[in-house]
Amino acid sequence: MPKIVVDVMPKAELLDPQGKAVGGALARLGKSEISEVRIGKRFELTIEGDLTDELQAQVRDIARNILSNSIIEDVVNITVENTDGERA
Amino acid sequence: MSFTIGVVTFPGSLDEQDAQRAIHLAGAEAVELWHGDHDLRNVDAVVLPGGFSYGDYLRAGAIAAFSPIMREIIDAAGRGMPVLGICNGFQMLVEAHLLPGGLIRNNHQQFIRRDQALTVENTSTSWTNDFSVGEEIIIPLKNGDGGYIADAETLKRVEGEGLVAFRYAGLNPNGSLNDIAGLTNERGNVVGLMPHPEHAVEPGFGPDTPQAMRSGVDGLRFFTSALRALAAV
Repeated sequence: MPKIVVDVMPKAELLDPQGKAVGGALARLGKSEISEVRIGKRFELTIEGDLTDELQAQVRDIARNILSNSIIEDVVNITVENTDGERA
Repeated sequence: MSFTIGVVTFPGSLDEQDAQRAIHLAGAEAVELWHGDHDLRNVDAVVLPGGFSYGDYLRAGAIAAFSPIMREIIDAAGRGMPVLGICNGFQMLVEAHLLPGGLIRNNHQQFIRRDQALTVENTSTSWTNDFSVGEEIIIPLKNGDGGYIADAETLKRVEGEGLVAFRYAGLNPNGSLNDIAGLTNERGNVVGLMPHPEHAVEPGFGPDTPQAMRSGVDGLRFFTSALRALAAV
């Protein structure tokens, strides 16, 4: 069964408090070569049946309008995988 | 004339009974509404209460914005029905695009609870007409995702069109742009804010004031404002 992976990140120009906190923790641990951390989300959508062009278009729409909020986030990547992990 | 104001319960709502009590104290009848219904039960106005709807798992207020009852509320808001979104309700209103911009995690990462001073900026809305412009009020604030953001163009429009209903006074508790604590739509019937007016409606249960502990009732005027707006129609 095909699986679609959608990656969503907070907009680059926006404050990402989670990433900032983790970045601060890494700096306190002495990992000073890491200058910034940003935290996003990964959605895995498993598809029943064939992945048609129409369904892919629907998923792009879902990613843009439901999984992300374009005011605060960007969809940075949409990838199709087979459930065995191979990229199609 | 008696008015009814609906309060929607979502899975994870916390403050719907406080909102119902506030509505009673203001002199209206509170009607319980359910997130999974398409029925607004002929209410004259709606309050979206605070809490953590559907666990806020996608984004704060996002799943609720797609719930069945929200389709009815979006339609009714478009026809001019007064809608107040408090905290999680405000997050639903921005996720449903009834109000511009978005709300993100507080800049200090902490959940915050405090008695918050606000400056009233816009008194021509259905929920603020009992206030005066420039007045300072105190109502409780309690949230983790209260940072208001918008792109530069939206922020310019929000300021230019007078859509800021309330600003944080004295202290910005979460990094909100331009100290924005609450917004209205162009028509003035939809208002959202992060602090909780329903927790400041009865002496003995509200924020402290210089006169007496827990005596603050500034929140009641949100609800009396709505009744005044409904009576004026």
